[in-house]
Amino acid sequence: MHTSRLKSLAEGLAVPVAAILLWQIACSLGLVNPMVLPSPAAVAARWWAYLAPMEPFDPATGSYLAWLFSGEMIHDAIGSLTRVALGFFVGAGLALPLGLFMGSSDTIYRHINPLMQVLRPIPPIAYIPLSILWFGLGNAPAVFLIAIGAFFPVLMNTIAGVRHVDGIYIRAARSLGASRLTIFRRVILPAATPYILSGARIGIGTAFIVVIVAEMIAVNNGLGFRILEAREYFWSDKIIAGMLTIGILGLGIDMAVSRLNSHLLRWHRGLES
Amino acid sequence: MSMHPASVEALTERAMPLIEPMSAPDAGTAAPHIVVEGVDKRFGVPGGEIVALKGIDLTISRGEFVCLLGPSGCGKSTLLNAIAGFSAPTKGTIAVEGRTVAAPGPDRGMVFQEYALFPWMSVAANIAFGLEIKGMKRADIDARVAELLAMLKLTEFRDRFPKDLSGGMRQRVAIARVLALDSPVMLMDEPFGALDALTRRSLQDELIRIWAATGKTIVFVTHSIEESIYLADRIVVLTYRPGTIKRDIRVELPRPRDSAAGAFNELKRELSALVTAEQHRFEEVEVKGLTTD
Repeated sequence: MHTSRLKSLAEGLAVPVAAILLWQIACSLGLVNPMVLPSPAAVAARWWAYLAPMEPFDPATGSYLAWLFSGEMIHDAIGSLTRVALGFFVGAGLALPLGLFMGSSDTIYRHINPLMQVLRPIPPIAYIPLSILWFGLGNAPAVFLIAIGAFFPVLMNTIAGVRHVDGIYIRAARSLGASRLTIFRRVILPAATPYILSGARIGIGTAFIVVIVAEMIAVNNGLGFRILEAREYFWSDKIIAGMLTIGILGLGIDMAVSRLNSHLLRWHRGLES
Repeated sequence: MSMHPASVEALTERAMPLIEPMSAPDAGTAAPHIVVEGVDKRFGVPGGEIVALKGIDLTISRGEFVCLLGPSGCGKSTLLNAIAGFSAPTKGTIAVEGRTVAAPGPDRGMVFQEYALFPWMSVAANIAFGLEIKGMKRADIDARVAELLAMLKLTEFRDRFPKDLSGGMRQRVAIARVLALDSPVMLMDEPFGALDALTRRSLQDELIRIWAATGKTIVFVTHSIEESIYLADRIVVLTYRPGTIKRDIRVELPRPRDSAAGAFNELKRELSALVTAEQHRFEEVEVKGLTTD
């Protein structure tokens, strides 16, 4: 058991390690312009500098913990995550009730679905000009764009979840004397959660993509802003360090959401990874 | 497999204070509990209409155990669903306790072949669901659930989710969920159809004990001849399309019944002939349907 896990770890690491080695060798031999492609060592050094506090520790200015998290990357990551969270809660907060209504009432569905189908294929990026016109610069247009990115996956999955509730549960609940409201609250809603949560997971993923774009145009902090700023100074090592951070954060968010979903859906039969 | 006598008594006492524990009810004098009168049920299908039930008249006494028997498509489940209130008959009336059936209700508990347990609720929460709807106090609910768990030998599974239970265990939970409501009528739609033979027999025995202890009126749909003879006071054989009552047979065999006994097998032979004839009609129609498509 232990050796097989070690083995699979080794298998997973083999290709990335080889790629980084090749990359380093190409840079050390001077085969590529370091302005275009900096060496992995330079990227790592820059990543560390980006993460570490900028000033040396001074007990007079505050606690050690605050100093530890005073690095530029931490600030950027917190900024980006805050926007993702805000945008996601606005988008999902609107999509969830609307999806529940649309899923449970054919009349509401028939009235609203055509509009949703027209709006849904418009990528959130296409709202950028309008968002600046409406909200100016700053956090407001970013949150607006992220909300749009999170809205549709949650909406579509909520509708599908409510519509796919197995009729046998509703029949069982009715024969146990449940009212319509009770059936909605205690049968339809929980039965739809696997769909709703998988919509939320897609929505958070989309929100994370949109936040990077939104930060490139509307605000002056955050991971998206930072890599665009680095380009202006030709800091290609910082661009890649920033991308690495975005990747790690995205992976972390998805793993956390997936763990939360598994916990919430521990009753569910066919659980996706 | 022995029942916990204490828990059964406790349940019976709370459950049905007005009803004496069952002896064999006499159809002539016992009060009618379920009355089906002149019931037709037609379904529109593309290119025509299916007459699922035609002219069904059936009176079931209080405390009677009735099996509806027939091949697939004979309308036995349709009749059960009509009694449950899930789908109204096209013609005729159904009354339970003298009240016309208009909608499903907790006075007619239903056990489904697919169990229909709520997968997001634990075993205990499934059993408690109907009681919570009733507005019972938490302490009373907990006590009642504990009784039912003991009665159906589910106590150690109380916190499991349905997905972690075997088919037999799931059906025990489904039965407990219906028993929790003390409904005088229990409707069962091929409840043991998906179970293996041994589990099936043990649940049949359990059901007989529960029935004897609680005096419920049970309407039980099955396509198994053996099962119907093993369980029922009365077997109603339905015909294939249109569904009509072909025979209404009273089973006088003493309980507990021995499926190897001569009288048991004599009845089995008689019923086989009736059901097989309907099965042949079913197959003819299905084959014809396939070839004309």
